[in-house]
Amino acid sequence: MIEAVFADRIQFAFTVMFHYLFPILTMGLGFFIAVLSTMHLATGDQRYASAARFWARIFAINFALGVVTGIPLEFEFGTNWSRFSAFGGGVFGQTLPLEGVYAFFLESGFLGLFLFGEGRVPRVVHWLAGIGVSLGSLLSGYFIVATDAWMQHPVGYIADSAGRIHLKSFWAVLLNPYAGWQYAHTINGALLTAAFVIGGVGAFYLLLNRHQEFARLSVQTAVVAGLILSLTQLFPTGDMDSHNVVQYQPTKLATMEGLFETAKGAPLAIIGMPDAQHGRLLDPVLVPDFLSFLAYGDFHATVSGLNTYPQNLWPPVELTYYAYHIMVGLGTIFIAIMLLGMFLLWRRRLFQSRWYLWILMLALPFPYIANEAGWVVAEVGRQPWLIYGLLKTAQGTSANVAVGETVFTTLGFAGVYLMLGLLFLLLVGRVIHQGPQEETV
Amino acid sequence: MNIVWFWTLAVMLTAYAVLDGYDLGAGALHLCLARGNEERRIVLNAIGPVWNGNEVWLIAAGGMMVVSFPKVYASGFSGFYLALMVVLWLLILRGVSIEFRGQIDHDLWRAFWDAGFCVGSLLIALLLGVALGNVLRGLPITANGYFQGTFALLLNPYSILTGLLSLAILAWHGCNYLRVKTDGALLQKAQRWSARLWWAVVVLVVASTAATLLLGPGMGQNFRLYPLSLVFPLLTLIGLMGGFLCRRNHDRGAFRSSTAVIIGLLTSAAMTAFPNLLASTLDPSYNLTVYNASSSPHALLASFIANIVGMIGVIVYSTYVHRTFAGKVQLRDHGY
Repeated sequence: MIEAVFADRIQFAFTVMFHYLFPILTMGLGFFIAVLSTMHLATGDQRYASAARFWARIFAINFALGVVTGIPLEFEFGTNWSRFSAFGGGVFGQTLPLEGVYAFFLESGFLGLFLFGEGRVPRVVHWLAGIGVSLGSLLSGYFIVATDAWMQHPVGYIADSAGRIHLKSFWAVLLNPYAGWQYAHTINGALLTAAFVIGGVGAFYLLLNRHQEFARLSVQTAVVAGLILSLTQLFPTGDMDSHNVVQYQPTKLATMEGLFETAKGAPLAIIGMPDAQHGRLLDPVLVPDFLSFLAYGDFHATVSGLNTYPQNLWPPVELTYYAYHIMVGLGTIFIAIMLLGMFLLWRRRLFQSRWYLWILMLALPFPYIANEAGWVVAEVGRQPWLIYGLLKTAQGTSANVAVGETVFTTLGFAGVYLMLGLLFLLLVGRVIHQGPQEETV
Repeated sequence: MNIVWFWTLAVMLTAYAVLDGYDLGAGALHLCLARGNEERRIVLNAIGPVWNGNEVWLIAAGGMMVVSFPKVYASGFSGFYLALMVVLWLLILRGVSIEFRGQIDHDLWRAFWDAGFCVGSLLIALLLGVALGNVLRGLPITANGYFQGTFALLLNPYSILTGLLSLAILAWHGCNYLRVKTDGALLQKAQRWSARLWWAVVVLVVASTAATLLLGPGMGQNFRLYPLSLVFPLLTLIGLMGGFLCRRNHDRGAFRSSTAVIIGLLTSAAMTAFPNLLASTLDPSYNLTVYNASSSPHALLASFIANIVGMIGVIVYSTYVHRTFAGKVQLRDHGY
């Protein structure tokens, strides 16, 4: 028999990870579309308008899937995690409806205007609609990250003698110190993904000798934006976000770094396989003292290892460790790819270097993996807590929902999402195959 | 503040029913009303730019329920477990049907998504009514505030009646929306359907009002206590009369009438239930009410202010978006 909390976690993990594939691109691409339509408004150059229209078609398919796969998540708070909702709803729920009220309405209202309003509304209004869509999707990200940040680092509440919690400060919840850098790191990841998508599609066209002008614009944009973004992904956003972990979540830090023993001058494991049973790292490549420096800015600082904590407070070691190392490893590779691209752009060989265009095209899926891995570190690394230090995950489930029901609906979601995933690939593939329209309007 | 939140949620859900109601209703009639690719494209273009925004009212209402009445959210959503999951899958089916239909120019592709749009809309309209019926009728909530809602429990004669009522009203409402948005042959068909559906709505409104009053002696009590609240059922009555008068022409009048009927019925339902959000059939002391199921006073106040400020903005620009797309649908290259 499967344990209830395991079935619930699998369901949430599956539905949220599938969902997140889409908002990554709506948040990232929305920004680039807003930039393109601003360029069009400023210069009157039709190339920007047709590029904006091309990406808007992909954005629309993405957006539709983001919406329909997002609604289940809000429902699951009540259906599968009812004790969590009943316990913390008055506090973490502060940020949740604001996403609908401040972001979704903006996004969905203006998307209709942006996609179908061209020619029907003044050009400035159409441009504003594009800005509204981008702003809406970026704001929506903040409210979700703030909700998650509260689960990572609960603030702004008071507990009564019966163990219930009540809201103490709305602003403390909304402006949770954990949320700021977590949000910056998340959005930076989304923008970086969009840069890789734009670059990947551009490289695809260049390799095929199709839509040359559009493709050059895309690849160039991707390399310039991508280099900046892949660097800011690491520093300051990634570095500052991990300071949250250092400060508030020592068990997560020790697990993701694979540090089993407390050490003064702790080493940083570049690679290695954790052997949780014996509390050691197999075949490690270590940089001495470097973890202490990254965490505390001092090569001789003491970092607490997992041995400091009872084993029932450890997060799942292997998953957290690998997710973190996959994220950081890919992030490093992204910097290398973009540096190389920048070098070629500087030597004016970017558009002719077919080997590089191949790399850029094939790199397209990897930022998605890095983003998802980052969230696995954040969420799996928080275990066994649902609300860090306040509520265990096993205590947040719905007691009145049978395991069989959860398994059944998870299988249902698996079927529905398989179909959605195939449809998405088919439709986006078609849009890419058709390519940007040479001026029609 | 608890009472204010109760009515805020009632207003949010009523707005959802009025707004998403017309696109659900138009979808439920899609296969029988609109024939051929061109008519179906007109229907889709009539709702295309706005359906998504309309659905956000439901998402926002759900979020507001988490913060204002977390125990109701927890109990209701986990209790209606399987039914809600089915609704979710239908929402997914319907959403992708609308957005994907026009992506590929192929008869079978379109036929499939037309059916998905129609079946999804129809079942959602029905199930929303079934859910509301069960909330009014009461659920076997135990002392800990939870219940287990199997289909055998949820599909009872009363809730099926309210489900049919919901389907009929939303279909009528959607039909009236299409009367405003279309012309030519499609307009004439919509007018005929609207006149027919009006009769179904009247019969079902009478039947379910009677059935509600027969549920228990307490059902009409609030209207005796607060006679002013009789304006809610009166609004339904006015809407029904308006619908009769506008059944042949006056398309805008017909749409306003069905809007009035929906508002009247849902506010009446809220008045009937008040102060319960979820009533227990086992013991009245287990009822989840606006007082025992709410979050703390400070949480209620803070979230009310934060949400109201946002909602004012929402109303301003969604009015603008609706205005932009007002008038009869014209098929263009860009569109569904």
